[in-house]
Amino acid sequence: MRYLPHTNEEIDAMLKVIGRKRLDELFCSVPDECRHDGAMDLPEPMSEWALIDHASELAGAMKITHKHKVLIGAGSYHHYIPETIPSLISRSEFLTAYTPYQPEIAQGTLQGLFEYQTLTARLLGMDVANASIYDGASALAEALLMGLRIGKKKKKVAISKALHPHYREVARTYLRPTEYELIELPYDEDGRTDLSALAEIEGLAAVAIQSPNFFGVVEDQEKLGKQIHDVGALFISTFTEPLAYGLYKNPGECGADIVCGEGQSFGMPRSFGGAALGMFACKDKFTRNMPGRLVGETVDVDGKRGYVLTLSTREQHIRREKATSNICSNQGVCTIIAAMYMASLGGTGLRNLAKLNFDKMEYFKAAMVAKGAGLVFDSPGFNEVVVEFNNDFKPVFENLIEKGIVAGLELGKYYPELAGKYLFCVTETVSKDVIDTVVAEVK
Amino acid sequence: MAKNPGLTGLIIEEPLLWEKGGKGRSGMCIPDSDVPAATPVAALTGAGPDFPDLSEVDIVRHYTRLSQWNFGVDTGMYPLGSCTMKYNPKINEKFAATAELAAAHPMLADEYVQGNLQVIYELQSYLGTISGLPGVTLQPAAGAHGELTGMMIFAAYHKSRNSKRTKILIPDTAHGTNPASAALCGYKPVHLKSGANGILPIQAVIDAMDEETAGIMITNPNTLGLFETNIREIADIVHSKGGLVYGDGANMNAIMGVIDLGKSGVDIMHWNVHKTLSTPHGGGGPGAGPVCVTKELEKFLPVPRAIKVGDSYKMEYDCPDSIGKIHAFHGNFSVLMRAYSYIRTMGAENLKKASHLAVLNAVYIKEELRGTLKLAYDRPCMHEVVFSDEWLQEYKISTLDVAKRLIDHGYHPPTIYFPLVVHGAIMIEPTETECKEDIDQFIAAMKTVVAEAKTDPESLRQAPVNAKLRRLDETQAARRPCLCG
Repeated sequence: MRYLPHTNEEIDAMLKVIGRKRLDELFCSVPDECRHDGAMDLPEPMSEWALIDHASELAGAMKITHKHKVLIGAGSYHHYIPETIPSLISRSEFLTAYTPYQPEIAQGTLQGLFEYQTLTARLLGMDVANASIYDGASALAEALLMGLRIGKKKKKVAISKALHPHYREVARTYLRPTEYELIELPYDEDGRTDLSALAEIEGLAAVAIQSPNFFGVVEDQEKLGKQIHDVGALFISTFTEPLAYGLYKNPGECGADIVCGEGQSFGMPRSFGGAALGMFACKDKFTRNMPGRLVGETVDVDGKRGYVLTLSTREQHIRREKATSNICSNQGVCTIIAAMYMASLGGTGLRNLAKLNFDKMEYFKAAMVAKGAGLVFDSPGFNEVVVEFNNDFKPVFENLIEKGIVAGLELGKYYPELAGKYLFCVTETVSKDVIDTVVAEVK
Repeated sequence: MAKNPGLTGLIIEEPLLWEKGGKGRSGMCIPDSDVPAATPVAALTGAGPDFPDLSEVDIVRHYTRLSQWNFGVDTGMYPLGSCTMKYNPKINEKFAATAELAAAHPMLADEYVQGNLQVIYELQSYLGTISGLPGVTLQPAAGAHGELTGMMIFAAYHKSRNSKRTKILIPDTAHGTNPASAALCGYKPVHLKSGANGILPIQAVIDAMDEETAGIMITNPNTLGLFETNIREIADIVHSKGGLVYGDGANMNAIMGVIDLGKSGVDIMHWNVHKTLSTPHGGGGPGAGPVCVTKELEKFLPVPRAIKVGDSYKMEYDCPDSIGKIHAFHGNFSVLMRAYSYIRTMGAENLKKASHLAVLNAVYIKEELRGTLKLAYDRPCMHEVVFSDEWLQEYKISTLDVAKRLIDHGYHPPTIYFPLVVHGAIMIEPTETECKEDIDQFIAAMKTVVAEAKTDPESLRQAPVNAKLRRLDETQAARRPCLCG
């Protein structure tokens, strides 16, 4: 086996040094009752070439592939990825490094993370961003727990029903074994979060909303933030599509205390939902309550600028059960990818790309309305929208699959009240021709 | 013997991203618009972020230079005990990049994504076979996330039996994540002291286990690199009081094909796929922390899991006892693809051999260095060996000094100051992918550094001198945090 370098002679020589005759004697401290019965039942090893053939077989089993135009966002977006990113990130100095515990020989990772933190904080209008959490959903759960830590005696948190349904499920999973209560807040006829029930909830530590929300509607974050602060709760703003902040006011400007969300849009393939990137930021005064790794600037003994992991007294390896979270990693490579993507676009490019996404969606909406379809929520949006049709859309959806287009996501599974309605996403990767083809099929 | 690899090459300075560039440069192609321009609502629009504008060449040079400041396992041996950096096979990268699978949207109907589901289904089954625990979820995004999932299953299990439990047993050799994960589920850790031989004594468990205790979290082999020989008895005691046994599978890389965790009495375990299944660590992630459980606990696993119905695969959501979702989608699928590729490349015999050789390399280092550094516990070790700083103290040399001097000799230092039960711990884990001559060279470097501690201690205190930077002021970084440029 090519990854196992030992020759039989070397094994014998090493065994001799340690005073053993056979390799299995190394496990003499393992009682018989704990051992496997015989060999493990796994497939025979494959050569590199057989494995590539197997990958082709798996690829052949896919009815929808990268050749389709998939007009679904819903937390996982298709954007163009510049060739520089896969090329640079495949450098094994990034890929095969460990957590930067020895900063003198890990400055590449550390400066890369510091830059990621800075660009993320600037994007979201926040003071501090951490070096990432697992994904958008766990970032929301961690933000709620952080809100409860800051809120001390307050035992409740609330989340908008217009927040991604999977994120809400994950938040429920995290809070179920705790003493805390999770309340869901409804959305109104415009598809925006309705906070009118807030005043009646006692002991509310934090409220989380998403913008653009699951329906693609841009929330009026300034107004919501004010309502949330009026009841003495923290304002958590979350997102699945960070590109929107190339165009829209960022959460910091709207008064958010904690901002978190999914960063997959920034240079990562959809990859069936992972590897993902949980972006996480907060106001300066909450830094010591923040979960996750942080990189800070410092100097070496010669006074040269450098970067280290810092404020680790919040973390599990020092604080153990009193830590701000049990997380002991970050999304490493994904953070560097996101920084590469933000840097590649630059301020000008991010604005232009965000505007292009917005323009495509406005064209899509207008074309759908012209064809007689309805927009379920007539509110400002970004690159997603919920559409309702006069007839069953399912046959049209299937026709379009044959034409290589996946026309949206049916919402009944996630919101029974929206059954038969479809959530669409158009990004810069969807041409006018594709939009026209979809609209032409609508009856 | 080959020459000491610790020489320096040309290191090129590189400023921060926003210290370079010029307004109007572009590092990425944006397609021309083919639709009319529209106007967003003015009250909602913002100015966009203050990002630098950089060209493609700016980006490429920037990240190439940054990468050259990093040490990776492709650069050299990474004997980082407990963290484990084995070689990351290149074919795994190609396999994971298979375009049809890598492009899949996570919310597509099962019929459209059979290839992805086949990988998930088969990997679930392989991990069940290797661990000896048949119920498997691939959803957790990292080892610690897997631990948290395990603790949530503890909570759900006890709740299902109307049994209120508030405590959990955790030996002092545990990873810091164990108590932190347990605390998130409301369990108060009860710390158990390991014996003088580094092994958890049965009596400690008998004394501490009661019907208010949810169970035990135990790492086996433990973080001293020792096999917990009493595991079966400990499991029986915990089970007899209605508790569960959580096996921190961080060190699975040492026991594949040898130890069946199910037979050892473990109820739940997690994998750290970068440690055992060769996925890249990426300077911190992304990882994956699959969780395996007994048949009895399978119903509590997160939803959905892949099942096979006839010839096709399906994501099963209908599990009313499930703890719920733990990840927005299906976990870090691209990482799981690499783990799958590794298992398919290795097969049963090679996986077992990998564990054998990982232990051989560690025991060999232990024997070769036993006269050089003080062994923390002189008993048969598994995949890693722990030394203390006891013999260095008379030269006023710390573990940190040794670690930093190793950098000058061309090695990534071992794990230091962990586990906490060993004073000034130096924890070496070579992994199976290092060959004998590289191990010998590392041993020679260790001996040189310890000799220097006696003859030229200043060279250790000043180290490193061959790296891009010298020692960094971590106190200042924490006291006056600068987290954003």
